[in-house]
Amino acid sequence: MGAMKQLELINITKHYPGCIANQGICLSVEAGEIHAILGENGAGKSTLMKIIYGVVKPDAGQMLWQDHEISVKGPAHARQLGIGMVFQHFSLFESLTVAENIALSLPKQGCSSLSELSRRIIQVSRQYGMELDPERKVYSLSIGEQQRVEIVRCLLQDIQLLILDEPTSVLTPLEVDSLFATLRLLADRGCSILFISHKLSEVQSLCDQATVLRGGKITGTCLPSQTSIEQMARLMVDEDTAISKSYPRAEGQASVLVLNQLSYQPEEPFAMPLKNISLDLRAGEILGIAGVAGNGQGELLKLLTGEYLGAAGEIEYMGEAIGKLPPGERRRRGIAVVPEERLGRGAVPNMSLAMNDLLTGYTCDLSRFGWLNWKTIVAHTAAILAKYRVKSDGPLAQAKSLSGGNLQKFIIGREISQQPDLLICSHPTWGVDIGAANLIRDELISLRDAGKAILVISEDIDELYQICDRLCAICHGSLSPIRNTDSVSINQLGQWMAGEFDTETPATPFQEAVHA
Amino acid sequence: MLKLEKRQYDSRRMALLSPLIAILLTLITGALLFSLLGHDPFNALYTFFLAPLSDLYGWTELGVKVTPLLLCATGLNMCYQAKIWNIGAEGQFIIGALAGGWVGLSFPDVETYWMLALVLVFGVLGGMLWAGLAAWMRTHFNANEILTTIMLNYIALYTLLYAVHGPLKDPAGYNFPESAQFGQYITLPPLIGDYRMNISVLFALLALVICWTLLSRTLLGFQIKVLGEDRAATAFAGFSEKRITWWVMLISGGLAGLAGISEVAGPIGQLVPQISPGYGYTAIIVVFLGRMSPIGILFASILLGMTYMGGEMIQMDLNLPKSITGLFQGMLLFFLLASDFLISYRIIPANKLSWART
Repeated sequence: MGAMKQLELINITKHYPGCIANQGICLSVEAGEIHAILGENGAGKSTLMKIIYGVVKPDAGQMLWQDHEISVKGPAHARQLGIGMVFQHFSLFESLTVAENIALSLPKQGCSSLSELSRRIIQVSRQYGMELDPERKVYSLSIGEQQRVEIVRCLLQDIQLLILDEPTSVLTPLEVDSLFATLRLLADRGCSILFISHKLSEVQSLCDQATVLRGGKITGTCLPSQTSIEQMARLMVDEDTAISKSYPRAEGQASVLVLNQLSYQPEEPFAMPLKNISLDLRAGEILGIAGVAGNGQGELLKLLTGEYLGAAGEIEYMGEAIGKLPPGERRRRGIAVVPEERLGRGAVPNMSLAMNDLLTGYTCDLSRFGWLNWKTIVAHTAAILAKYRVKSDGPLAQAKSLSGGNLQKFIIGREISQQPDLLICSHPTWGVDIGAANLIRDELISLRDAGKAILVISEDIDELYQICDRLCAICHGSLSPIRNTDSVSINQLGQWMAGEFDTETPATPFQEAVHA
Repeated sequence: MLKLEKRQYDSRRMALLSPLIAILLTLITGALLFSLLGHDPFNALYTFFLAPLSDLYGWTELGVKVTPLLLCATGLNMCYQAKIWNIGAEGQFIIGALAGGWVGLSFPDVETYWMLALVLVFGVLGGMLWAGLAAWMRTHFNANEILTTIMLNYIALYTLLYAVHGPLKDPAGYNFPESAQFGQYITLPPLIGDYRMNISVLFALLALVICWTLLSRTLLGFQIKVLGEDRAATAFAGFSEKRITWWVMLISGGLAGLAGISEVAGPIGQLVPQISPGYGYTAIIVVFLGRMSPIGILFASILLGMTYMGGEMIQMDLNLPKSITGLFQGMLLFFLLASDFLISYRIIPANKLSWART
């Protein structure tokens, strides 16, 4: 490991109106070091990375790049210096090829011709063990492959610091391994890596150093290889938060939701068709569906809510064929849903929490013969806010004024308050801090113990193992076998997530891409 | 140097101030315009805005102008709350007038006030039919309602022209393109004395109250607002976008149709080629100037009504063209849109710019 300091931050401070994003951050990264930045949502990790990449200007503080004080004028300047960043949300054009996408981000002198660029892409991607076909269109790539495009795009320039913002949240365990191999190779060649994550086991296996942020300040640094996961988690959260819990498993009773060979061809281009999905969800159990985003989870959820309508008999709820019932009718029958997108689908950003309570609560007693009694609604909302400890300015606060975790608590509370017989939950704790996540899981478990059926669709494997009684995975619109959680090994689940299970339909070319 | 910066939250205060700023800027520009035309600006503005209201007659005439504006704007507001951009109040107004007028003229011998009720109902139905066409094209073919309603406006106008030049032309009318005069039993009674203002002004106020109750107290109103804010949430909650579209378009069309028939069965008293001085279009300005709120819409319709009166007054007193009305309405909308920019943005000195770059 080189002793040369690649990057040093001294007292970096950034205030936004109403909140401190970073306060007196000091950080130094050596050449060839893989440095983890840990912290919960809203801890200031992303702001700090954006400061380094020149997207955001700090209010105060110095930044030294290879021992020279600099002020990064913008991402283009950062790239010129040798700093690359892969964001959580990729900035790729789906209808263009890999090479065309990369060409767009290179400086003019960087690409003389597309064929020349394609050669370099193949060369660089081989060198780092991330095979890429430059002629493929981006929409046909898996999420993992799209991430490779983003990384290769950084590697094509003389890169000395690579920033990765939660890169593993979209990958299967197998893809994570291959990403880590690439990152280690890069580090061996002297490139420093800043790795943002909240998955502590990954940090432990990959990173040389870790800096933990909480509330915009550094709360500790550690050597991940010599620090336990509990100790790292402790640095991330307040003293009184329980870090993890285990729940007893439960055995399901009577069938609540049955899917019979559910198939669906969505109208939207690039949406994932569903193939012959069958499952049987019982009262008093939590069934988890694992899978990498974009493998049909969104389509399945919309079919279950009634936003997409399929064949009647393919979905049976309490013995009734409901495949053709619209969403309101399904809600009236006791189905509640927590969608993946909180703002803009699960909640209307500009409306008050009380109105957002009514958004799905209208099927219960919040409206009478089409008339609204706002007093009752506001009281009902206030009760949810109190019970689920939602931090807000009260029932009249706009939904968009809540942080992601608080909004999620509100939405889960809203759906549970309707006393559903079936709760369908997409990513129940995605982006939620540890304290709130524990609360949400407790609520799901107690709903299960009250004899209700719960379907959880999530990418968070740890969470699925924690709360689900039975598990399966979805890949390319097909569902793996369903097994009791305790009899599914993590390797087995990883294979399911990569599509390695028997289905009645032949494998598509896409599936091979995942194996690669 | 000054710079623009996006506000963290939309400014509520600016949302209320913006129409006042727009009115002020309109007055200043208007004054400038009058003085460039060689008139004393204060006297001209007085003539335009205040002189018409110097007696009871003036106030009742204002009521005549405000009634159709308020009816159309109340309906349009329902659509705009759902972000369904019905630009077709003008056409719905005309077809309402034509449908009601046609029924009224078809039975000249029935001498009962039930006839008046029938005429009004047909006026409403006519407007609903015209708006329903656009709603149908929107819900079945996903045709953009802005385009369809604008095009339907022209079809409505030419249908009216055909009617008054052809089938509904008064045989005893010396070949003028006009229908026969409406009789006593199909004419709306005046509200006070012998003035032209009739009971339709009460319809307008009632419609405002009913529509407002609908929006703020009923589930349908809530669904309309959710659709306006967030289509994905509408589908997720299980509100039918098509059903909401039909509702708001039919309400809007019905009220515009009522405005139309009230105009011909009231102040005009017959079908003529020119039954609307653009009430359906001006109502769009009313809705936005009134911030889509009931009190706001009431005040905005009064202000816009005054521009119609002022145009006539200025033509009589200062010998300037009546089209000054359109000029003032245009300026008002222009300045309103400009100052609405300040709801989401603010002007700050350049050196204070915070470094939020994207």
